[in-house]
Amino acid sequence: MNMAGNRPISPHLQVYKWGPHMLVSILHRASGDGLAIVGSLMFLWWLGAIAGGEASYQAFLNIIWQAAPAAPVAAPGAVPDAVAAQTSLSVTNWIGRIILVGLTWAFFQHFFSGLRHFVLDTGAGYALKTNKLWSMIVVISALMATAAVWLFILGRAIGGAGA
Amino acid sequence: MSGGQIKGGTSLGRVRGLGSAKHGSQHWLTQRITALGNVILFSWLFVSLLLGDLTQYSAVRGWVAEPMVALPLILLILSVFWHFKLGLQVLIEDYVHADAARIVALVALNFYVFAGAAYGIFAVARIALTGTTAA
Repeated sequence: MNMAGNRPISPHLQVYKWGPHMLVSILHRASGDGLAIVGSLMFLWWLGAIAGGEASYQAFLNIIWQAAPAAPVAAPGAVPDAVAAQTSLSVTNWIGRIILVGLTWAFFQHFFSGLRHFVLDTGAGYALKTNKLWSMIVVISALMATAAVWLFILGRAIGGAGA
Repeated sequence: MSGGQIKGGTSLGRVRGLGSAKHGSQHWLTQRITALGNVILFSWLFVSLLLGDLTQYSAVRGWVAEPMVALPLILLILSVFWHFKLGLQVLIEDYVHADAARIVALVALNFYVFAGAAYGIFAVARIALTGTTAA
């Protein structure tokens, strides 16, 4: 580093005009690192919670997804309240959902971008227009797949009580 | 009698004749092979998780305990932790320039990857080998 002095250095990110190929490249790294750090911790937490038994799994769900409906420990003389059985979402539930949506997007982005890299590895897809087209397809299809997955989850949550 | 050799020599002199370490393609190739493993294993896991009900403990545990689930899960852990070790290694090499910080980061990465993979494999083994009932 000290040999640079005031010699000219190569231009950096800010001097280039952004294009889809640059976006998909940096997103590949960002989504990969997000999956590696956040995704691996969530995955290990999930596995460890399953191995730990029902109580530990419920504790995991309580934090990440939603607290279990209040157990039917009827207070003396209380009328069962059907509405109260539906627990509201806590702050960590919302954070958990945001992280899960983010991980879903990172998963698809990295997955599709990785498939693109397999094609590039064969030496194909470097022509400017082709490269731009597939870069855009990767970004757009990752967003669409993420939306589709969460619409599916949302629809199931609303649609079927026991789904 | 020539003078004493300049210690270390020039940049060119230090590398001339040494050749490559012959490991240049190993990192690249392993990243691709584990990527292919991830494509197969994560397609399976993602669809399975999406179609199942993750809020039902006994169902989730019973599923993980199946041999043909536990085994691919262990393969998935190996493949993905290896892949992410290679990826994060490049990230650190690209962005962490100070020698000490880079070495510490790379050591921490290696420790985390091995510890994380061991934790995951142990968890799956514990579920699979103790059956479907929680301890």
